[in-house]
Amino acid sequence: MIALIIAFAAVSLLLLPLTHRLGRSVFLVAALVPAAAFIYTLGQGATVLGGTVVAERYAWVPQLDLAVSVRLDPLSWALSLVVAGVGTLVLLYCARYFHHDEAHLGRFAATLLAFAGAMYGLVLADDVYLLFVFWEATSVLSYLLIGHYTERKASRGAALQALLVTTLGGLAMLVGLVMLATETGTSSLSAIVAADHEGALAITAMLLVLVGALSKSAIFPFHFWLPAAMAAPTPVSAYLHAAAMVKAGIYLIARMAPGFAEVPLWRETLVILGVFTMLLGGWTALKQTDLKLVLAHGTVSQLGFLTIVIGFGSRDTALAGLALLLAHALFKSTLFLVVGIIDHRAGTRDLRRLSGLGREAPRLAIIAALALLSMAGLPPLAGFVAKEAVFTSLLEEATAGAALGWVALIGVTLGSILTVAYSARFFWGAFFSKRDVETVRPVDENIDFLFAPAVLAVSGLVLGIFPAVMDVSAAAYSESFPPGSGESYHLALWHGLEPALAFSAATLVLGAALFMLRGRRIAQNGSLGRFSAAAGYGRVMGAIDRTAARTTGLTQRGSLPFYLGVILSMLVGTVGLAAILNRSWPTDIRLWDFPAQLAIGLVMIIASLAATRATKRFQAVVLVGVTGLGMSALFALSGAPDLALTQILVETMTLVAFVLVLRRLPARLGVQNGSGHRVVRAIIAIAVGTLMAVVAVVATGARTALPISLAWPKLAYEQGHGSNTVNVALVDLRGWDTMGELSVVIAAATGVASLIFLRSRTETAVRPTRTTTFTKIRATLESPTASGRGSWLLAGRTLDARNRSILLEVVVRLIFHSLMVLSIYLLFAGHNAPGGGFAAGLVAGLAFAARYLAGGREELAAATPLDAGKLLGAGLTLAVGTALVPLFFGVDALTSTWVSGHVWLFGELEFVTSTIFDIGVYFVVIGLALDVLRSLGSEVDRQQEEDLAVKS
Amino acid sequence: MSISLVLLIVMAVMYACGIFLLLERSMTRVLLGFLLVGNATNLLILIMGGEAGLAPIVGNGVTAEEMSDPLPQALILTAIVITFAVSAFLMALIYRSWRIEQDDDLDDDAADVAMRDGVSGIASETMDTSESDTEFGIRAEAAVSTARDLERSDELAAAEAANSVVAKPVTQKSGSGEDPR
Repeated sequence: MIALIIAFAAVSLLLLPLTHRLGRSVFLVAALVPAAAFIYTLGQGATVLGGTVVAERYAWVPQLDLAVSVRLDPLSWALSLVVAGVGTLVLLYCARYFHHDEAHLGRFAATLLAFAGAMYGLVLADDVYLLFVFWEATSVLSYLLIGHYTERKASRGAALQALLVTTLGGLAMLVGLVMLATETGTSSLSAIVAADHEGALAITAMLLVLVGALSKSAIFPFHFWLPAAMAAPTPVSAYLHAAAMVKAGIYLIARMAPGFAEVPLWRETLVILGVFTMLLGGWTALKQTDLKLVLAHGTVSQLGFLTIVIGFGSRDTALAGLALLLAHALFKSTLFLVVGIIDHRAGTRDLRRLSGLGREAPRLAIIAALALLSMAGLPPLAGFVAKEAVFTSLLEEATAGAALGWVALIGVTLGSILTVAYSARFFWGAFFSKRDVETVRPVDENIDFLFAPAVLAVSGLVLGIFPAVMDVSAAAYSESFPPGSGESYHLALWHGLEPALAFSAATLVLGAALFMLRGRRIAQNGSLGRFSAAAGYGRVMGAIDRTAARTTGLTQRGSLPFYLGVILSMLVGTVGLAAILNRSWPTDIRLWDFPAQLAIGLVMIIASLAATRATKRFQAVVLVGVTGLGMSALFALSGAPDLALTQILVETMTLVAFVLVLRRLPARLGVQNGSGHRVVRAIIAIAVGTLMAVVAVVATGARTALPISLAWPKLAYEQGHGSNTVNVALVDLRGWDTMGELSVVIAAATGVASLIFLRSRTETAVRPTRTTTFTKIRATLESPTASGRGSWLLAGRTLDARNRSILLEVVVRLIFHSLMVLSIYLLFAGHNAPGGGFAAGLVAGLAFAARYLAGGREELAAATPLDAGKLLGAGLTLAVGTALVPLFFGVDALTSTWVSGHVWLFGELEFVTSTIFDIGVYFVVIGLALDVLRSLGSEVDRQQEEDLAVKS
Repeated sequence: MSISLVLLIVMAVMYACGIFLLLERSMTRVLLGFLLVGNATNLLILIMGGEAGLAPIVGNGVTAEEMSDPLPQALILTAIVITFAVSAFLMALIYRSWRIEQDDDLDDDAADVAMRDGVSGIASETMDTSESDTEFGIRAEAAVSTARDLERSDELAAAEAANSVVAKPVTQKSGSGEDPR
């Protein structure tokens, strides 16, 4: 069975490519799968009806006790036959229904088959969560099927409505299922049904599950989505809205009834809602002019009927209910298929525009008549047999003293009268000749088109004449209920002159009379009315949309300072509250670690305050830089030489980058900026600052255990083979963190380059390569106009004489190589002394910055051995490689090892593999620096020149 | 554990100044605020490391207890470089904003402002009550003379929808008009 479910999914995927080759014949391929399921199920019949349950189980998530477990018992068996059998026939019918040039045929075929698979899985699933998965799958797929005509507005709206209503119910059901599964301690549906259910919790859970079932089966107050869903192609309606999906809710009720029928509210809810739905649907059906809508409202009515009978949950009603379900699946899908044929032929389904079709299409009329007679409950059809059983069993319950039995019996009788009337209206509307209506044109009837409805209609006849076939499975299902007082009922065509026969006769006579009185009336196009459920749905959806718009307008102010202000206020509020409730304060507060902290701290405080008041950009940048340098000094004095080194290098680099950007911006900072809320901003700022101080105090006070890092120096020395604990931590002990950081750096560097080099949405500037630069430089050098001044730098002469500074060129010439050597020294020394890839990369970056500042963009391009992007990539590759290679040697990722040996001139040397990781870091940092220089430097230069050229 | 009062105050002041700048509309000031908050956070991590000690470099008989805590140091080192990378990105943003708008101010988002002022709303998909009674219309085998031309009526409906949108370009009343998507 699991294999079949998988086959459904797999073949539906294959259908898409097959459609290009086969056209509409692809449905014939699709039909093979449900046909196989039908035959398989039929083959299991003897076993299942003999009392053996066929089960398969595949552990899905064993830790959560989730399993793909399926179970074939008599109820599932009967439903599987309906799902697979009707599915096969509908797919065959589709092969004739659609035109060859129908748009999106492949998608439709795939969705329909997948739906059949989901439905097949749904009736087999034994695990409640699996059931829910299939349940939602049918909702989603039905959304796609109802919305097949994507270009029609009615189609889209109906699809969304069906989806919203059924998934809303589905969510309630999920909550109910979770409650039931938790309460009973098992997710097996059969075990849940078998368990005892008592108390308010069980009733609540049961009602929640019923919300799902009733919404799926279009029972009041959820009934309105079904008529709207008639916007779907008619084969979809025949399958989803007659035989399959709407039966899912009925199936779940039937599945749960043996265990829940006696739980308070079960029977009351189902019988009362069922009766109301049956009468409402029947009455509305009688007023429709679109034949499909007659059927749709009729289906709502019949679903109410099924809910009453199956929900009643006694042994005999269960038997009657299952028989009714089978009969309904047969006649209702037949009728939908008939409507499809009428529409296909006449181009309308409106009974006001059809006349004389019975004479022109006698075979179709006979098929329709068989189905309608079954629906109206006339012998010798399946519908009659089922209805007899319903009347008998309900009458027995009613006479036994159950008040609900009377409600159900009277409701069913009245509903059946309506059913007879709208059945007659359907036949009259579709096939009779009418005055003043043009007769349909004669066309040959296509026998192959009639095949599917004919098989379904004849099945109804066969089951009516030989009800024993239905009786076996229905009786097997009804055995799961406690035996009633009397002898158990059995389906038969002729029970003798029983009261039920009188009920049947009465409904027929009264129904015929109702048809004569009201059935041929053409009501004004059925306005839904202000208080109908559909109008209510519209109002709810409109209100949701309006609320969403208002909420968005209220919260999404579009102002970044506002958002930040809200976020920070929340931070102060929540964390502040937690801090106030705190009980762990530090044991002591010292003034300073060393007196210099006070001096440095004072400078930093003054610089920070001044930065907020600075009116010139450069002034503010320098003031912020002062705090950075102060940080560096603090680090240096607090035993963090690596940090001090890195911080001072970063400060310098940031300053360079700032200068590069600021040269294009006006010197003065805008004065009006955000001035309206100065006080508010100051309050928030002071609150956050205070809060952070409190957080620091509390966090320090909360520390009780010794820091984990006490073990780090030993680890670093023995396992990482480095004395510099911080560096070893970065490249070895906590290498994964550094890897994450490298990705951030690469993303930022790429972002910088993209922002600057991007000119329009599609075009990007060409980045100069090294070769073109060299050619350009050489051309400048050889040109006769070149200035006579000597050049200390390669591209010195490419610059305008006014922009050159010989002093700078000389200095850069002298220090560049020293800086590069220093950076390489820092890189390799970093393992044992302050330094490492970050500091080394920044030193190299500064060296390049010096070249650029002295020699301009040609100089930078000439000095760069590799494109910045390639450096970033190479760096990350090295780092990832260092992480991955150990895996090939069967050890954990990032495990380092070392080699040592004697090298000529250098003496005893040691090489640790994590150094390769550090080289990766080195490359990435250089790449970042180069990206900043070539973007904010070179490219901005070029754009400036371009702008000047445009102006002049 | 004890805590250094000076560092605590410096950190609080830098946070306050940084946040004050972050709440500005000038992008340059926002970036400066970002840098200040970055420094303040590094200081916070340093404070978490406890009392200052010797550099965490093994050798010369220094024990782990005498060293400064290397863990916060590793974190700060990473943070310093990331701060630089992100501020470079912000500078590129500032430059680009200046180049396009001649402005480095963070203006309110126009679409959000429109929504706030109720100028634009959400148009919801509505149900079409004039249901079609056919899928085939005149494409049917032997269509009745009154059958609909579906393609034509769809086009008409589309044209009508387009007209109604043109007539009332922005409508706050939801539930009317075709969904702009």
